[in-house]
Amino acid sequence: MNMPPSHTAVVERDQCWEGDFATEPYEVGWSREAIFFVRILRAEAADAPLNVELQVQLSPDGIHWCDEGSSVNFVVQPQRLDEPFFVRVAHYGGWLRLAGRIPQGRAWALVHLALKA
Amino acid sequence: MQSLLANPRLSRFDPLERILCYDDFDAGLNGWTGLIGNYENSLDSMLPDYRDLRPPMLSNLTMWDTGTAGSMEGIYALKLATRPQAGGLSVGIKRHTFRALGQVQLECYFAFKPEASELKLGEMDVRAWGVFFDVQDGQAQGRRWMPHLRYLNAEGGKHRGRWQTKPATRSVQPIGASGKTVSHFHLGAEGWEDVPGEPQLLCYNEIATKMNWHYLRVGLDLKKRAFTGFQCNDHTFGPEGLHCIQLPAMANLWCMLNAAFWVEADLDKRAFLYIDSVLLSGEFAR
Repeated sequence: MNMPPSHTAVVERDQCWEGDFATEPYEVGWSREAIFFVRILRAEAADAPLNVELQVQLSPDGIHWCDEGSSVNFVVQPQRLDEPFFVRVAHYGGWLRLAGRIPQGRAWALVHLALKA
Repeated sequence: MQSLLANPRLSRFDPLERILCYDDFDAGLNGWTGLIGNYENSLDSMLPDYRDLRPPMLSNLTMWDTGTAGSMEGIYALKLATRPQAGGLSVGIKRHTFRALGQVQLECYFAFKPEASELKLGEMDVRAWGVFFDVQDGQAQGRRWMPHLRYLNAEGGKHRGRWQTKPATRSVQPIGASGKTVSHFHLGAEGWEDVPGEPQLLCYNEIATKMNWHYLRVGLDLKKRAFTGFQCNDHTFGPEGLHCIQLPAMANLWCMLNAAFWVEADLDKRAFLYIDSVLLSGEFAR
């Protein structure tokens, strides 16, 4: 029995997100499906709710990027930081990343990219 | 050895008598994973230099101008990619233990390049890449030792082309409050010593999207806790003048035999190291 290859990469670990940001490019050409899991480890907000807006992006070369169309947006709940958020994608070519925005405040994120051929 | 020569995937290697592992990355990362510093209770307890070592990935070497090259043998290679920050590091490590104090040898086919984000030569944008081992004897009175070998490609915009080893690590720091966890950062920019001899010029090949595979062979003697020498393409070096970090043995690392690759950026531009294949062999009695 041939098992399908799978791999989970930690593409960001305790990375501070503030304003506009993007995760580091990750090569995924060998895989067919992916899930980005995002967990906020800690956050600093002023008075307003801390909104996180994330778009999945594709690239032909790891240098130039476009929106894939999938997104995951959430409000950080300080009492539920253990709960990851996720977005699924498929049929994406050779690279993936998340491009995001935190309009107010900042958050430290852990991002897993779970891939399967 | 004759059977190796008949195998097109192995005949380009010169292993010692027993093959411990052969990874060509066409079916996965084969145990090569990211490196993280030690921590207790919180990631914030980690030494800062360990916090953001970028992890390995599988690459088919697709370039914006020429498309996919594939690896030297097959489609995929292990790829290490730094952040676009001067001094940024990416590390891939594989963890083993040893069963006898014999000789061990690592061979690989590698290529390194900066990200092709500019239409410029870029031949001095990668600062360095290297291979290190983390080894500890099996007896309580033994030692931990860490042979580090790097190719310093360029520094501050000046070409160096020097092989270097590292004789000392930074001081060992306590981590957390249990009294059981310590850490020391051994990939700092300081303390590297040139390997005796002339610089070695490698095949950069003109632009950032052309990859030429190079051969590297590094030998260790686990009993002597020393390099036995190394070879890169047509140059051989050592063992004279090759130094190793040595430390007192630590509490839970007995018979450890880790091997790792890393790459370091010299500019605010991603630096890439590709490993087509790696073969670890040794001399161990049956």
